Amino acid sequence: MKKFVLLAALIASGAKAQTAYQDGDKHEDADIPDHVMDHEKLFTMGKLDQLEVREEDSDALKGDLWFGGNRDKLWLKGELERENGETENAELQALYSRAVAPFWDLQMGLRHDFRLEDGPSKNWAAIGFQGLAPYFFEVDATLFVGEGGDSAMRLEAEYELLFTQRLILSPEIELDFYGQNDPATNTGSGLSDMEAGLRLRYEITRQFAPYIGVHYEKKFGEAAGFARAKGESVSDTTWVLGLRTWF
Amino acid sequence: MEKPNNGRIQLPQLSRRTFVTGLAAGAVTGAAASALALPSGLRAASPRPEPRQAVQTLRGNHFDLGIGYTRVNFTGRERQATTVNGSLPAPILRWKEGQKVTLNVTNNLAHDSSIHWHGLILPTDMDGVPGLSFNGIQPGETYRYEFQVKQSGTYWYHSHSGFQEQTGLYGAIVIDPAEPDPVAYDREYVVLLSDWSDESPLEIYGHLKKESHYYNFRRRTVGDLWSDIREKGVARTFRERGMWNRMRMSDTDISDVTGYTYTYLMNGQTPEDNWTALFKRGEKVRLRFINAAAMTIFDVRIPGLKMTVVASDGQNIEPVTVDEFRIGVAETYDVIVEPADDRAYTLFAQGIDRTGFARGTLTPELGLYAEVPPMDYAPVLTHRDMGMGHGDHGSPRERGAPAPHTGHGPAASSGEMHGGMDHSQHGDMGNMDHSQHGSMNSMDHSQHSPGSDTNYTPYGGRGNLGGMQGVWFTENLGRAGHGSNKPIVHLPSEFAYTVDMRADQPMDGLNDPGIGLRDHQQRYGRRVLNYGDLRNLTPTIDKREPERELQLHLTGNMHRYVWSMDGIQFNDAEPLMLKYGERIRITLVNDTMMTHPIHLHGMWSELETGDGNRIPRKHTILVQPGAKISYLVTADAYGRWAYHCHLLFHMPGMFREVRVV
Repeated sequence: MKKFVLLAALIASGAKAQTAYQDGDKHEDADIPDHVMDHEKLFTMGKLDQLEVREEDSDALKGDLWFGGNRDKLWLKGELERENGETENAELQALYSRAVAPFWDLQMGLRHDFRLEDGPSKNWAAIGFQGLAPYFFEVDATLFVGEGGDSAMRLEAEYELLFTQRLILSPEIELDFYGQNDPATNTGSGLSDMEAGLRLRYEITRQFAPYIGVHYEKKFGEAAGFARAKGESVSDTTWVLGLRTWF
Repeated sequence: MEKPNNGRIQLPQLSRRTFVTGLAAGAVTGAAASALALPSGLRAASPRPEPRQAVQTLRGNHFDLGIGYTRVNFTGRERQATTVNGSLPAPILRWKEGQKVTLNVTNNLAHDSSIHWHGLILPTDMDGVPGLSFNGIQPGETYRYEFQVKQSGTYWYHSHSGFQEQTGLYGAIVIDPAEPDPVAYDREYVVLLSDWSDESPLEIYGHLKKESHYYNFRRRTVGDLWSDIREKGVARTFRERGMWNRMRMSDTDISDVTGYTYTYLMNGQTPEDNWTALFKRGEKVRLRFINAAAMTIFDVRIPGLKMTVVASDGQNIEPVTVDEFRIGVAETYDVIVEPADDRAYTLFAQGIDRTGFARGTLTPELGLYAEVPPMDYAPVLTHRDMGMGHGDHGSPRERGAPAPHTGHGPAASSGEMHGGMDHSQHGDMGNMDHSQHGSMNSMDHSQHSPGSDTNYTPYGGRGNLGGMQGVWFTENLGRAGHGSNKPIVHLPSEFAYTVDMRADQPMDGLNDPGIGLRDHQQRYGRRVLNYGDLRNLTPTIDKREPERELQLHLTGNMHRYVWSMDGIQFNDAEPLMLKYGERIRITLVNDTMMTHPIHLHGMWSELETGDGNRIPRKHTILVQPGAKISYLVTADAYGRWAYHCHLLFHMPGMFREVRVV
């Protein structure tokens, strides 16, 4: 509960910062050097997709950062989940991204799973596609090959349903598949775990949107067995309160 | 500010936002004007002109212009503008046809700058486009522009460097004719329209690059879907929404940048400032409309007054009387109005997407003003606007318009998705099947084969994209003045990540007033100008038939916010080569869902409106979404010229160099 209050305070201060930002005069650099046609502008976009507290003293952070031009970009994708003050899962991907089709980017690079209390750190090579599928599904599908021949696949899909221009419901789902069993990381071969979320955000501005939602996690097959053996729950539903923001 | 001293006059019905911010602007400006004597140095030391202060007119043949920074306040927040002689808009330059003008332009900015004389026929090194025969004006430097004025009419000037145009660097040019003016009038006004944002242009551009719908607050909601289902049933709704959903496009993408961030200005004044011009009853008043906006296409009308359009892009045309006209970015239209009553009239210029408007007043007496009309309905794109034939399942908001389809063979589809829309089918670029592309002529292939005098390389492949220059046709061209008879050919370069749609059956871009205007005759009884109405006042000068025809596609990817021609962005494109003296036809095919104003520097774009003897000359051609349009060009100016979409944030990609050798 304390965390909810903290987050609310954070959101409030963010809202204030947003106002200050609009009031402040950022126009000094109204024009940019050089000839507009000569250079492609490179941009950086950082996005906190999920900065949230969950029920039962857990919280999560998910975001990415890209830098680049129209076709080539460098992507960083990060994820962090904590429960009772312990980091359950932390990973970072560094990917080179290239636009290969009107709505699709080919991405390849490395993923690092950070060492946690009950598991080793791990490195993976990653290759995948990210883009916008027909019917406006945002899709990210990535294959991972780890040290010692481990393999994994992750499928993510997200959708946006507009109740109004600012009140947006966003269902999303993530499926993780593995090629092998690994008790150390609680993963099992085949479909190992699933996360599904439903988040209702309000875009105070396009770049600043607090949300409430519900988050659901479930383990399957061997992964479920590992969890049971450790006395952990196989599935879990939690309320979340968070913030989506980007620059 | 205004005094409603007459019972007949109603209060202007401005939107709350405009009203509030306008009030704030009025309150703050007074203080700002007195308190803000800026330090000199790199800044022009002049505050924003008081509201209602007329834009200065400079006359003669020698001008000293200083580009600098000026503090302005249009919304209640103070910002920095880029201005000429401290004025936004820049001073009106008044020249006489035949004279030689000298303009010393001093750059007091911290960055490079430039001035381009839009629509003027002049030597390439006087054209003012950095990177093409001119290096721009470095900070602290003065560039001397000197050229003979070879034309008369209404034009304008603006920066061609960075995004300075968005921050205020634009002004009007009025050139009096050497011969007696064929247009009779008692008084005249420049009406210069523009769009102002408190955000910096780079912020706007960044927002579009990161989230291309950033400024669109009319996206479809669950409520819209529900009302569609109630009205049309599930099956039809699903079918209609299906195309947009599969294409991953929004039918409400009318303007990239909207009234969410823009305040629309008339002669540098907000709707609340209410720029005012005087007339005496019975006078003929010439209004010289200039669209100097960065990103906004306007629809202009003066409720209660007919407008007789007498010139387009500075060139006299056979007069056409209308109630309303669309003015693309960079276009100019001169109209004559004859107010017969002692009452005020509102000059009303609503944005094409109806998210805001510029407003002024034409009045016999200061202090009078007329009702400000509500904006018209917001248009929604239909299948037709995607160049998908005339199966118009359009939204009721834009339904019932005639479909002026100009015959590209039997319609292979009735507006549903076909061939070219499904990108996944085009993985194999080398084997592109031309039969898919709406052509019905068996002669096509002989024309497309790479010949000695054509640059067409149908199988250029990915590695050769940079070398391509569009499709050239050299045989059996349609008659001058009557447009293209060629099939639509999509080059392999159009099947790249830069292109999200291709119009296979583009509609007629000529006799179509454009999206959001098509039903104004039926709905409001307003006669709307379209390009088919334009006839030059004097006979066509160059009566030759075109020797070659260039088919060039305007392309883009909304989602990525990438713009290009033939799928190739400016950085990767080779110049279009023209032979000095040759007469060519350019056919533009708009493969995007936006309306693009395309501007060729240094030479006239002679719009083929169906009469070879009276071809109107323009410098900027508005190309409707999913439409094609043709014009002739006489390559009578040596050198390197810019050719681009005049929407500022499309320019970095949708740009070509034209080289006349």
